[in-house]
Amino acid sequence: MTNWLKRNQKNGSFLAAPTVVWLLIFFVLPLVIVLVVSLMSRGRGGVAELPFTLAHYARSFDVFSIILWRSIGLAALTTVVCLIVGYPLAFFISTRRRRRAQQITLFLVILPFWTNFLIRTYAWRILLGDEGTINGFLMSLGVISEPLSLLNTQFAVLVGLVYGFLPFMVLPIFASVERFNFRYVDAAHDLGANDVRTFLRVVLPLTMPGVLAGCALVFIPSVGAFVTPDLLGGAKGLMIGNLINNQFGGSGNMPLGSALSIVMMAVVMLSLLVYVFANRRDTGA
Amino acid sequence: MRQSLINEGAMERNRVIRRLGSAGLWLNPIFAYFFLWAPILILVLFSFNESRSVASFTGFTLKWYNNILNNVMGAERAFSTEIMLNAFRNSLFVGTVATAISTVLGTMIALAMARGRFRGKRLLDGLLFLPVVIPEITQAISLAIFFKVVFDWVALISGERMFPGFHTIIAAHVTFNISYVAIVVRARLADMNPQLEEAANDLGANPWQTFWRVTFPLILPGVISGALLAFTLSLDDFVITFFTSGVGTSTLPVFVYGLLKLTVTPEVNAISTIMMVLSTILIGISLAMQGRNASRA
Repeated sequence: MTNWLKRNQKNGSFLAAPTVVWLLIFFVLPLVIVLVVSLMSRGRGGVAELPFTLAHYARSFDVFSIILWRSIGLAALTTVVCLIVGYPLAFFISTRRRRRAQQITLFLVILPFWTNFLIRTYAWRILLGDEGTINGFLMSLGVISEPLSLLNTQFAVLVGLVYGFLPFMVLPIFASVERFNFRYVDAAHDLGANDVRTFLRVVLPLTMPGVLAGCALVFIPSVGAFVTPDLLGGAKGLMIGNLINNQFGGSGNMPLGSALSIVMMAVVMLSLLVYVFANRRDTGA
Repeated sequence: MRQSLINEGAMERNRVIRRLGSAGLWLNPIFAYFFLWAPILILVLFSFNESRSVASFTGFTLKWYNNILNNVMGAERAFSTEIMLNAFRNSLFVGTVATAISTVLGTMIALAMARGRFRGKRLLDGLLFLPVVIPEITQAISLAIFFKVVFDWVALISGERMFPGFHTIIAAHVTFNISYVAIVVRARLADMNPQLEEAANDLGANPWQTFWRVTFPLILPGVISGALLAFTLSLDDFVITFFTSGVGTSTLPVFVYGLLKLTVTPEVNAISTIMMVLSTILIGISLAMQGRNASRA
């Protein structure tokens, strides 16, 4: 007994054991159950029942493929918009000469995100509603006579997602621009490269790790978004996260919801793989 | 002659690109900061608006804040300050317990990963990384199904029906917090000089003494940062709590979600403003504390 204790004390596995047990019970086991449930039939009240079937996966890629692709498309678009807005912003912040100005410009990006995600999303309902601030402003200017329908559209979801995840793009890019040595730009110019060429051949490749990390950090939570499409999307902006949520209500279908979340997890894992490979190629080159 | 003409054209084009580029570099931050701040400022502004409309600002009033205190919410709908405060208390309770458990578990695994020599460490690395990247909704429904299955089995065996409540929320919060605590503490451990522990060992301290007298004081700032992060995540979490909470155990975000699903009302704007101010103060304090800890260490 004492021997066993001594041996384990040396290799440290006894320290890991409680946490590993916790994660096995509350993280791994639930995921295994979801996988099993996703392969079962729908019983009364939407609960899982034998026999095993692949029908829910078939439906995920058939009836619900529109929503699946919409989720992936919206997440991809969110990532692109965040990159277009976030990349120059990260550059702006890290090129402030005075330390204080840099701190303030960075802080101004982070501060709005100390507010709860729900409230930040709700703020867009005020702006985008039929009787909201944007419509009110445009109508008082006489630009439009009928309110534009902005809320409960895919556009609203896109705006909400970009708003929700923009700092996840800015911060990693900022970190890699910070490490970028601007003498390379002078060197490229001296060697006769113009601005576009310098950017594409020198600046962008050297800040690529930040860009890739930012894209992964924005894309992954966007695909699985639930709150944003729920508060801003309505029926037209339904995403896969809402579809999963709907399967757990009164007239739900638990096996279908499970299958959909396994599919979503597969999408996330696939995008992580893409990230890892892109990163490896980037740092390898 | 021809050569120089081409060069001049190219130079002119480069000048235009440079001018466009620098204009873009100035316009982009203006747009970006406006985009980041306008929604929040407009939310705050309209919580003070005299009319119920959010289309235009007609005058300053505090009556919506007064309504909240008097339990009125929107078009004659009753609102209970009592229920909201209760939800806030629930949040604090869940956050405190979940933070305590996850800080201990997260610190232990961080130590094991940094100092231990055992098989399966790479696999464990992956296991610790997964809760961070997995979509919230997947984790939420997997826990919901898991608790349902467990409660069904308990009912079958003992005849006693269990219901979701604080225990399920806390278990869920601990699960997603462990990884974050472990990441923060591991970063701190990586900065620490392992020779200090060896020195303590050489001077005759047993592993227990070494840990409490040398290792723990040195990693304490990391442990505190990890705990503060866990507490913040716990207070802020909506999706996972939504799926694991039971009757009467709603946390503040779950309560607020119920309000936000309704139509836009100035009272909801007022509550949102109060919550925004509170969370900004809370995070500000915790960051200031972390800064002090970091500079002291």
